[in-house]
Amino acid sequence: MLAFILRRAIQAIGVMVVVGVVAFSMFRFAGDPVNQMVSIDTSAAERARIRDQLGLNDPVLVQFSRYFVNAAQFKFGTSYQFRQPVADLLAERLPATLELATCATMLAMVFGILLGVHSALRRDSLLAKVFQAISLVGISLPTFLIGILLIYLFAVVLGWLPSFGRGQVVRIGWWTTGLLTLSGLKALIMPSITLGLFQMTLIMRLVQAEMLEVLRTDYIRFARARGLTTRAIHFGHALRNTLVPVITVAGLQFGSVIAFSIITETVFQWPGMGLLFVQAVQNVDIPIMAAYLMMVSLIFVTINLLVDILYTVVDPRLRSTISRPA
Amino acid sequence: MSDAVVPRKAEAGAPRTGFQQPGWLRRAAASDLFYSFRRSKLTMLAAFVTLLFFLAAIFASVLAVQNPFDPAQLQLMNSRIPPLWTADGQSPYLLGTDEQGRDVLSAILYGLRISLAVGVLGVLLSGTIGIVLGLVAGYVGGAIDSLIMRIADVQLTFPAILIALLVNGVVKSVFGNRLDAMSMLGVLVIAIGLSFWVQYARTVRGSVLVEKNKDYVAAAQLIGLPAPVIMLRHVLPNAIGPVLVIATINLALAIITEATLSFLGVGLPDTMPSLGTLIRIGNNYLFSGEWWIVAFPGFALAALILSINLLGDWLREALNPKLR
Repeated sequence: MLAFILRRAIQAIGVMVVVGVVAFSMFRFAGDPVNQMVSIDTSAAERARIRDQLGLNDPVLVQFSRYFVNAAQFKFGTSYQFRQPVADLLAERLPATLELATCATMLAMVFGILLGVHSALRRDSLLAKVFQAISLVGISLPTFLIGILLIYLFAVVLGWLPSFGRGQVVRIGWWTTGLLTLSGLKALIMPSITLGLFQMTLIMRLVQAEMLEVLRTDYIRFARARGLTTRAIHFGHALRNTLVPVITVAGLQFGSVIAFSIITETVFQWPGMGLLFVQAVQNVDIPIMAAYLMMVSLIFVTINLLVDILYTVVDPRLRSTISRPA
Repeated sequence: MSDAVVPRKAEAGAPRTGFQQPGWLRRAAASDLFYSFRRSKLTMLAAFVTLLFFLAAIFASVLAVQNPFDPAQLQLMNSRIPPLWTADGQSPYLLGTDEQGRDVLSAILYGLRISLAVGVLGVLLSGTIGIVLGLVAGYVGGAIDSLIMRIADVQLTFPAILIALLVNGVVKSVFGNRLDAMSMLGVLVIAIGLSFWVQYARTVRGSVLVEKNKDYVAAAQLIGLPAPVIMLRHVLPNAIGPVLVIATINLALAIITEATLSFLGVGLPDTMPSLGTLIRIGNNYLFSGEWWIVAFPGFALAALILSINLLGDWLREALNPKLR
């Protein structure tokens, strides 16, 4: 068990080092960092001074280790567009993205599980067929189209919800939250649905498939033979066993939710990290791109590691077969 | 003696080359695949719609009433005309016109061409990268195998859209931000190619690991065929079924990815718009009531992706004997 966790942790660190190398090479070799920082009429001597100051004349390995040490302390350099430390820019926008991603995931979990259970228990009902069709559309429609559709319906035609921004936010320490004001909550509704719809369909299909499988097992038949109520069987016995894979998938998907929030944030002009990243790609702001890559990777790798560890804790069968195939 | 046996063995295990033999049409019509195709009305509809989209893209210049990207053919007088069936519709503009007097239907036809081109080329590139790496990893094994598969593992952790965005940004910073439309198309194809190769590589590697211990491979090695020939001519055809399924589903994903990048403003420019670019442009007019500028490109994109996905679903079930 401990050996397994240790091996996974070492793998995770390995991934982070690889990502660090990619981020560093982007920063160092994709375009000249000095050219991005100076204006056209900066003298050659001044450029050479900046180059020296940034340490770009040192051996590459020295530069890399310095970049890595800085990155480990969340120092990602200065943005080319904003002339501000990248870390500050990211920290300022982190709460918006995390709030959106968390709301979307919760929404996806609650509705995904409910709809999945319903369509597993009443497979031939009209409602289940409607859900099935919606899930196919949900998987086929690109995220941004769903967003546009929602905006047109609820902001343009009906005028119920705001079409962009976060509404009014409350500042608690360095964290800003939109959860405490009415306009903030209203602004959160459409982006959360847009972002969570794909995950919801995924969870719904997973719950349905798992439920159907579990309902066929012997212990459910035994529970029926014992005369338990259908409610106790479905929710106390069957659903509980389907939840392990569901939580795993939802956990692993949290990383992609953050990545996909790039699109949702652009559609709704949500002031989060994703919007910052898209603007960085548009303006070739390499320090922000590199830093975003590192941040998102860190979140991904941490979640993967936690899910792996939780899995071994929750499912004792995995402990005996610890040498998991890659 | 052994000369007579070995080639026959190789032939028995070798791919069915029925498509080159006479009468392949009849054989195809009698195949399981065609039977399951005929059985599903939804699949036939999806295939028909997909075919229609491809034909529309190919013959865009014939079908369109104007070339929407030739400024000489545009008249600002004709801007913002609503679709034909509304009260203010005007005759050649079936789906209305946009801010610059472009016919929306013509723009969709030309945009469809770009979207499909990027999608198909992206799938070809990612398929080639993935198949080659998968073959090499599975056939050669050892350190090369672990290296390729570790890279695949790491990349699989990240969603394709993020990788496509990063590739896009890096290429732009290397070649400068002012790329012309044609090179932007190339950048998108490369970004998509590098984002989607992993699934092919894993699938092909898996099949190769099974196939390479079979007798026909041993026979081919025995008669001294070079490894690349064995990989491409003998092993690959036996691993191609799942690759086709992935390619179909990835075509839809590639089109979505391209549309998303163009929508985010890092894809194709306004001078050579894909469906995604058209949706981004149209999105600006949503609030002023010109819904048709965004609605029809959006509908075209959704219909295209849905039909390709349905085809992919059918292919996956038809080629998987377990599900039959």
